[in-house]
Amino acid sequence: MSLTREDVTYVANLARLEFSEDEVTALADQLGAVLDYAETLSGLDTSKIKATEHVLAVQNVFREDEIKPCLTNEEALANAPESEAGCFKVPRVME
Amino acid sequence: MELSQKTIHQINDLLDKKEVTVTEVTQAVVNRINAVEKATDAYLSLQTEAALEAAQALDNELSGRAKKTPLEGIPYGLKDNMCTKGILTTCASKMLYNFNPPYNAEVYDRLSEEGGILLGKTNMDEFAMGSSTENSAYKKTRNPWDLNKVPGGSSGGSAVAVAADTAFYTLGSDTGGSIRQPASFCGVVGMKPTYGLVSRYGLVAFASSLDQIGPFTKDVEDCALVLNAIVGHDAKDSTSLNLKKIDYTQPLKQGVKGLKIGVAKEFFGEGLQPEVRKSLEDAIAIYKTLGASIVDVSFQHLDYALSAYYMISSAEASSNLARYDGIRYGFRAEEYNDLVDLYKKTRSQGFGDEVKRRIMLGTYALSSGYYDAYYKKAMQVRTIIKADFDQVFGGCDVLLTPTAPTTAFGIGEKTSNPLEMYLTDIYTVPVNIAGIPGVSIPCGLDNNGMPIGMQLLGPILSEETLLKTAWAFEHESGLTNLKAPLGTEV
Repeated sequence: MSLTREDVTYVANLARLEFSEDEVTALADQLGAVLDYAETLSGLDTSKIKATEHVLAVQNVFREDEIKPCLTNEEALANAPESEAGCFKVPRVME
Repeated sequence: MELSQKTIHQINDLLDKKEVTVTEVTQAVVNRINAVEKATDAYLSLQTEAALEAAQALDNELSGRAKKTPLEGIPYGLKDNMCTKGILTTCASKMLYNFNPPYNAEVYDRLSEEGGILLGKTNMDEFAMGSSTENSAYKKTRNPWDLNKVPGGSSGGSAVAVAADTAFYTLGSDTGGSIRQPASFCGVVGMKPTYGLVSRYGLVAFASSLDQIGPFTKDVEDCALVLNAIVGHDAKDSTSLNLKKIDYTQPLKQGVKGLKIGVAKEFFGEGLQPEVRKSLEDAIAIYKTLGASIVDVSFQHLDYALSAYYMISSAEASSNLARYDGIRYGFRAEEYNDLVDLYKKTRSQGFGDEVKRRIMLGTYALSSGYYDAYYKKAMQVRTIIKADFDQVFGGCDVLLTPTAPTTAFGIGEKTSNPLEMYLTDIYTVPVNIAGIPGVSIPCGLDNNGMPIGMQLLGPILSEETLLKTAWAFEHESGLTNLKAPLGTEV
């Protein structure tokens, strides 16, 4: 199957990415080729097969809710591009 | 033999007999780095001064006591996707160009506790996505066997550091072959342990259900030594297995008499380089002389593994990499209109092409209307592949395969065609899909003198069997601690 330029632009918005016109064209081709290759999967009848999310039979792991040391406010903010008053700073969200 | 060329266990013998000091050992590797790192570019950052200081401090301690652990005083490298507090952890991405982790990866803590000496952080494909280390945002690592060839990937820097004697061992991460394939291309030992055996805490996530940390070493005994240090339960990783501690060096010399080694024609198909095939046949002959029995086994659905892998890994990556938004850490675009624009500009400028391609593929596979056809389908195929392996291991103890269809390819040779690059992982990805362990060991050289890798696979938690099988071959063939021609030139 091939991917249209509209498909690429639609998915790019979902992924919070943007591309130039040339990049959109290239991506439509490249992703289309990978999806074509993945089409082989449709030849396999999996209607009665359970999906494997994890390779090991891992169960939920429970533990007591104990207070343990964690990052200080300063440490948590140390890598932030912008912070103020002990918080991460972002552009205005509400108009 | 130069000190830097020795294995961990050889260095240990010298340290135990007090014939060398930790400082001399560390200085030897630092000298080697100064001599060849310009040519190989294995490291993204180096801590050689801190390493020498740590070595000196340890020597002072060791004047009054014996060495505590086999890795104490042994200099090593870490792939740059493992968090190191106070040391940049970039994942070879512009997105994390300034990221100074506020905590350590569990494996780094364990190696520090063992007394290991960190030399630096090694180059990789950006966010571990790639098979040649060419996707690094910072530099191209070169294969010490031929500087015009790739080292493999994504843990290319970790493989090269061991192959070029600029570290005694390194850690890498393997999501679809990222330890085994570069180990094969660079002529060293590389192991991907069973999923859950080594804590992923502090490993920057690519595809969480497939990622696993493992060692690169110069021989099989060293592999067991490093495994001893990094395996173990960690409450901070919910997928970490809680098992009785094993000494992986114990079974090494048990031999392979009576062992059933499976060979599947599906791993010897089209596109396999003739010298790789020949080398594997020679290895099979060696195992026969050692008393192993070779049995034919067969897979029904292996053809589907690569497709399933790229769907699962890209889907998980698109979700895991959503966190890079320019708010809490890492790169932020300079100009933007509003919050959504900040996200888009930051991500578009911060990620490289391959990472964006995988995020796009994964987002598509998870998007409404395609989820069942791609992602769910891939997870069902995963069940089928697992069942295939279960059935194969019903008839043999170990499966012997090539690690990769070819030896190392040229720099730039496959960068224009992503699908062709993905096909280089065809023999390694099924292993991650099934969660089983695998080890790649050198088994010969091709006509151009490039290393060939043999992959040994076993069921879940069969590391001891794999290591003794690998050791038996290594010992009989003499293909151990191979030296790239770089070693004689520089």
